Amino acid sequence: MATTIDVMGQFKLTTALGPVGASVNFTQSNLTMVVVCALILGLLHLGMAPRAVVPGRLQAAAEMLYGFVHRMCIDQIGEEGKAFFPFIFTLFSFLLFSNLFGLVPYQFTVTSHLAITAGLAVFVIVLATFVGLRTHGLHFFSYFLPEGLPIFLAPLIVVVEVISYLSRPISLSFRLFANMMAGHVVFEVFASFMVAMAASLGAIGYVMAVGPFALDVAMTGFELLVAALQAYVFAVLACMYLHDAVHLH
Amino acid sequence: MRRLLPAAARLPVASALAGSTLAAWALGVTPAQAAVGLPQMDFANPLTTSQVVWGALIFVVLYVLLSRGALPKVASVLEERARTIGADLDAAKQAKLEADAAAAEVARATREAQASAAAEVAQAAAAAKAAAEVEASRATAALDVQLAEAEARIHAARASAMAALRDVATETTEALAGRLIGRAPDHAAVNQAVAAALAARQA
Repeated sequence: MATTIDVMGQFKLTTALGPVGASVNFTQSNLTMVVVCALILGLLHLGMAPRAVVPGRLQAAAEMLYGFVHRMCIDQIGEEGKAFFPFIFTLFSFLLFSNLFGLVPYQFTVTSHLAITAGLAVFVIVLATFVGLRTHGLHFFSYFLPEGLPIFLAPLIVVVEVISYLSRPISLSFRLFANMMAGHVVFEVFASFMVAMAASLGAIGYVMAVGPFALDVAMTGFELLVAALQAYVFAVLACMYLHDAVHLH
Repeated sequence: MRRLLPAAARLPVASALAGSTLAAWALGVTPAQAAVGLPQMDFANPLTTSQVVWGALIFVVLYVLLSRGALPKVASVLEERARTIGADLDAAKQAKLEADAAAAEVARATREAQASAAAEVAQAAAAAKAAAEVEASRATAALDVQLAEAEARIHAARASAMAALRDVATETTEALAGRLIGRAPDHAAVNQAVAAALAARQA
């Protein structure tokens, strides 16, 4: 049996929207982003349409999402967090819905691409640095020199602090990318086992394929947790970086 | 939409392209080969960078749509709810204050009514008592007058009876003395003797 398993093919980028999309390099990843944005905006607009004092299910979901991110901003950043709330909400909802939408069978997972997560992470760090410079001016650079430090240690510590600051976008982007990619690879490995068993072992193979299928079902529940958790971790870390920029420690 | 379904297209087994992919991935081969295996690391592919450019554009549009439209909408609903609940709570507090005031007013009115009723009862009792006293004294006075009148009548009757007694005694004495001496006695002397005898009796 010459069965090959292509677990990475699911991450391959293709152009979407026919020749028009191909001419501007509009990928299926971007089309998924548009769908995800439509879902976010749809939840908020349709959910909040009744404007009910006692909310229905959809309105409660929209309000919970809003309240959750709002509280996260104020808890992590402080009162200044209100200014960053729209950005953090955009970031969190984009990541959460992308991660969850990627779990729908046959759908692309935007966050399984390092380029996307790295782009967001770099933007977060640049924003935090910009906010820090806007708020504290050049005094912002004292962030890299902890107070009460013996002066002869300063060169060493400053280098360490700068490296740790610059490594933030790397850890931030790889954490999300690796989590999402790993989950989907495992999904496809098990799914490939099912196909391979059914193809090579006939009727017995169909029976045996129940095993990997059950594993995929269990994995789906686990991946729902990972999807929500990684979106939360990314957003919370973004909040903490902004907190550092606003408060300097 | 066909392009949205890469996983489905690749699940079937005999993809000639990817024969080496899993092997390379599983055996942990050199980075150059891994870059071939991981589409995410394939930065030679223009789509890898173009998706970021499009992604940035989509993200900015989402940010604008959320911050200008959707989020203020949610905020306004939450604010409205907080206002409604706050107003309801205030109204309930106000109603409770009013109810408490009304209850206090009722209690006060009851106390006042009881006090005024008691005062009126006492006043009526006093008035009745005074009236009874007046009536009693009036009756006593009338009785005293009647008593005095009766006593006067008795005195008069007694005086007239005594006067009549003198006449009777005088006549009887004249008659007795006439029988005894055989002739009519001197009226004046008899009269005088009777008067003296009566005076002696009365003394």
